[in-house]
Amino acid sequence: MTLDSKIPKGPIKDKWTTYKDKIDLVNPANKRNIDIIVVGTGLAGGSAAATLAELGYNVKAFAYQDSPRRAHSIAAQGGINASKNYMGDGDSNYRLFYDTVKGGDYRSREANVYRLAEVSGNIIDQCVAQGVPFARDYGGLLDNRSFGGVLVSRTFYAKGQTGQQLLLGAYSAMNRQIARGKIEMFNRHEMLDVVIVDGKARGIITRNLITGEIERHSAHAVVIATGGYGNVYFLSTNAMGSNATAAWKIHKKGAYFANPCFTQIHPTCIPRSGDYQSKLTLMSESLRNDGRIWVPKNMDDAKAIQQGKLKPTEIAEENRDYFLERRYPAFGNLVPRDVASRAAKERCDAGYGVNATGEAVYLDFAFAFERYGKEQAKIHGISNPSKEKIIELGQAIIEEKYGNLFQMYEKIIAENPYETPMMIYPATHYTMGGVWVDYNLMTTVPGLYCIGEANFSDHGANRLGASALMQGLADGYFVLPYTIGDYLSDNIRTGKISTDSQEFEEAEKEVKDRITFFMNNNGSKSVDYFHKKLGKIMWDKVGMARNAEGLKEAMAEIKAIREEFWKEVKVPGDANEMNLELEKAGRVADFLELGELFAKDALDRNESCGGHFREESVELDGEQKGEAKRNDKDFAYVSAWEYKGEPSDAVLHKEELEFKDIELKTRSYK
Amino acid sequence: MNLTLKIWRQKGPQDKGRMVDYKVNDISEHMSFLEMMDVLNEQLVNSGDEPVAFDHDCREGICGMCSLYINGQAHGPDRGITTCQLHMRMFNDGDTITIEPFRAKAFPVIKDLVIDRMSFERIQQAGGYISVNTSGNTQDANNIPISKHAADEAMDAAACIGCGACVATCKNSSAMLFVGAKVSQFALLPQGQIEAAERVLNMVAQMDLEGFGNCTNIGACEIECPKGISLDNIARMNRELMKASLK
Amino acid sequence: MSGFFKSSIGRKVAMALSAFFLMFFLLIHITINLISVFSEDTFNTVSHFMGTNPLIQFGMQPVLIFGVVFHFVLGFVLELKNRKAVGVSYARNNGGANSTWMSRNMVYSGAAILAFIVLHFIDFWIPEINTKYIIGDMSGTMEGVEGFRYYEELKHKFEDPFRVGAYVIAFVFLALHLLHGFTSAFQSMGVTAGRKKGLQNLGKAYSIIIPLGFIFIALYHHFNH
Repeated sequence: MTLDSKIPKGPIKDKWTTYKDKIDLVNPANKRNIDIIVVGTGLAGGSAAATLAELGYNVKAFAYQDSPRRAHSIAAQGGINASKNYMGDGDSNYRLFYDTVKGGDYRSREANVYRLAEVSGNIIDQCVAQGVPFARDYGGLLDNRSFGGVLVSRTFYAKGQTGQQLLLGAYSAMNRQIARGKIEMFNRHEMLDVVIVDGKARGIITRNLITGEIERHSAHAVVIATGGYGNVYFLSTNAMGSNATAAWKIHKKGAYFANPCFTQIHPTCIPRSGDYQSKLTLMSESLRNDGRIWVPKNMDDAKAIQQGKLKPTEIAEENRDYFLERRYPAFGNLVPRDVASRAAKERCDAGYGVNATGEAVYLDFAFAFERYGKEQAKIHGISNPSKEKIIELGQAIIEEKYGNLFQMYEKIIAENPYETPMMIYPATHYTMGGVWVDYNLMTTVPGLYCIGEANFSDHGANRLGASALMQGLADGYFVLPYTIGDYLSDNIRTGKISTDSQEFEEAEKEVKDRITFFMNNNGSKSVDYFHKKLGKIMWDKVGMARNAEGLKEAMAEIKAIREEFWKEVKVPGDANEMNLELEKAGRVADFLELGELFAKDALDRNESCGGHFREESVELDGEQKGEAKRNDKDFAYVSAWEYKGEPSDAVLHKEELEFKDIELKTRSYK
Repeated sequence: MNLTLKIWRQKGPQDKGRMVDYKVNDISEHMSFLEMMDVLNEQLVNSGDEPVAFDHDCREGICGMCSLYINGQAHGPDRGITTCQLHMRMFNDGDTITIEPFRAKAFPVIKDLVIDRMSFERIQQAGGYISVNTSGNTQDANNIPISKHAADEAMDAAACIGCGACVATCKNSSAMLFVGAKVSQFALLPQGQIEAAERVLNMVAQMDLEGFGNCTNIGACEIECPKGISLDNIARMNRELMKASLK
Repeated sequence: MSGFFKSSIGRKVAMALSAFFLMFFLLIHITINLISVFSEDTFNTVSHFMGTNPLIQFGMQPVLIFGVVFHFVLGFVLELKNRKAVGVSYARNNGGANSTWMSRNMVYSGAAILAFIVLHFIDFWIPEINTKYIIGDMSGTMEGVEGFRYYEELKHKFEDPFRVGAYVIAFVFLALHLLHGFTSAFQSMGVTAGRKKGLQNLGKAYSIIIPLGFIFIALYHHFNH
């Protein structure tokens, strides 16, 4: 099958409008006879479910948590981008589009990104109408802040809990439809397979996580909005339950999986403290606006710090290495996420890391205390303030800006970041890759859609801050509800889909067989044992820096773990009740396949772009010496993988990327 | 450190349930409380026993899934945090720790420490929204100016994560802090005032129907709330209900 | 509006309204009682007025009785409902970590006050009613007593140290009840001022001074005669 991205003709600015004008619609009376399944109810799934129900379709929505409002979209801190240009600083749809494509290192699809920029303003209008309490200035109008990698202020925010507020907004829209009976909500349900009838997605098989019951659900179309697969690394900033099962199951049933190797490693996370660690916590990127990142210049100091014999505040200014400022004088501490992460890893690998594990760098606010303190002293008319007074005034400003983050840090690390520099280290955060979709957000299986982080679409090889929320809501509120109508207009005469067909029978049997296998496999090792093992390989060999040899090893090792998993995994308890180990087993089984495809994709892409860094592909000389080298001649494509049994047998399909409206340039932060 | 854990075990909704003692050794003070529970569960799985079921997801204090009653306090002995943000440095070697699910008639136990909080969802479905279509054809966001004060106050109310610590802590199992926060969030904004009367009437009616107790202004909920939701929100809900009833 | 008082919040408001009424009554009651410390005659005059004025007797008195009964009955009903809402109780509960003893035990302080009121009725109210309406003696006088009888009766009642002891204990409970109840009533009425410093201090002052006043009066008469 050749990939058809179905990008409409015409100039980029008119594509979406013209396309919307021409697509087929379903009349209101017929919508009542059409069922849609939405799996996942975060920002993308929640907003899609609400909108589709409002349009008149019968929606069945599924979440593994006990409520849609607990989806991991809730953890997004910083904000949501929109090209409103409220600040009058020259923002526009084009500029948002340009920044996103450039920030993604030219590996995203132009038409999709432009559409995203185009609807971004509507998202803010919509959310305000729903009662999302965005931050405002004293005049009563909306406030904006700025984020990394761009030249304008376009980020709307609600304290440090923007994701939570947007999700509550989407959930309130869902609630309105649940109350009307237009959405049937299935909480604590997990999708375990998709059902394909006559080549079209017609339903799913789920497990009721409370009773263990296996259920069949049919619909005229299925929407997958289950988020990213960052937990393939075991440790990530994702929620404990975040998983790739739905995305991977549809991949196995014919949906191509695109760019799995594009993963974002976020530079400012709280470092690991020991082997028992279950997850990592992100500290907002905004901290890099005021903090300076450094490690000791001398190896002796680094060793002393690692052994706890020396305190960071005891290291003299001239013995500190502000490595980001040293390497990237133009952008300094504000280089994009991928660049900052790699630089920190480089220093730690060289032995200069600063906590007991040697895997951390300092993020120091002492300078910001002083700078803000002096400014405040002037404002308050204090002449000749003492050093203590300046620090005190400065700390008050920092507390106002990042108080909740400082408190969070102190709770986890038990060190006061006002007194000693914070320790940070990169962690897996977001996956740009995902299920391949066309311009309609439809996968390679007709009637099967994929939205939000779960698809591969808009962020290329690196996502800019505050763009994930934008994409999730754009897909759910404003894109999918139109494009799905185009497909469903052919389904008005189909009638109710029966769940008694052979296809449902087979899919259910497959699911049940797998559960029976887990329950009866008298292995000797827990699910987490395998997950941790997989995570370690992924982090060491498919992490921030990758090379061909390591990737080949990773593929072989993951395959070996997978084989061991199927022999040795142990799942206690019963299948007919709540069984958290059983849930995990299914998810880890899928990660063990996805991980291998991930490595295979990374091996295929012999270039460095965005979050994907191949040690073989670096600039050898000139000003950019040692930096990542992108190869547009050979790799300006989306790799879409077709499932063929084993992950190593997956077949690559290339969607060539065309850049008509943006000129391809090397990213330089020197 | 070495600890004795007294944990509520209950096979299913119909089971009677009981407290069971466990021992865990070599717990690091840097572990989070739930990581300590992971260690226990790994231990149980390896010895062929069934692990303790407990709700958790984001493990960074925002999703509101985790819900343990530790040593007689919702989310344990620390303040302003959820269970997942509690760290073992709050405990000492040799301690006995009692771990129970959040208790309330309206929060029935599903299994072990996992409870059913659907009553909260039904209250929100009764009116916790503004009836606007998601068409995107609303007016420009800046056409509704809102005072910074009102927006900030609405935000403080909206910070509620719906974990249920307020109900668990309340000796009356009252849900008024939760419902008060949800009512306030909308009542404070001009967009929400249009339906304010119906909203508060319907949400309070649903709250009563779910069998939550009545608030006696003890204030423990406010202190145990991981997000610091203020009792003022309950007062505001009371006012809103009086206003709506007088109409 | 009828639906309002069926709702949980409506009942809360009803509790608060009756509480305000009772707190106002306490203020009047203590004022009259305090007079007994300063002037026997004035006390007798006021008592006779209160005891024989038809507006007070047939207007205010039933309202007061209704207020008391209403507050108690509703209080106990709500307590029972609240207990039902709890279901299984905790094996270990550390209520002291986040709330005051007073706020958690309103039903017990309330019950103690109720017990006292029963005693108080037997002591004062039933003999009064008996004298005035059963025997039909509205004169307010008594054999062997010059002028009105009220002050003499008061003195007599406070001779018994056990009765005085019971009074003192009851008023300690009243103080505990008021220490939570005063501001709580404001909060129930939706007045957030109840949580501001000013009103909280006023509440504390009221909750301590009023019961202390009653205790003082009882002890004064006990030791002075």
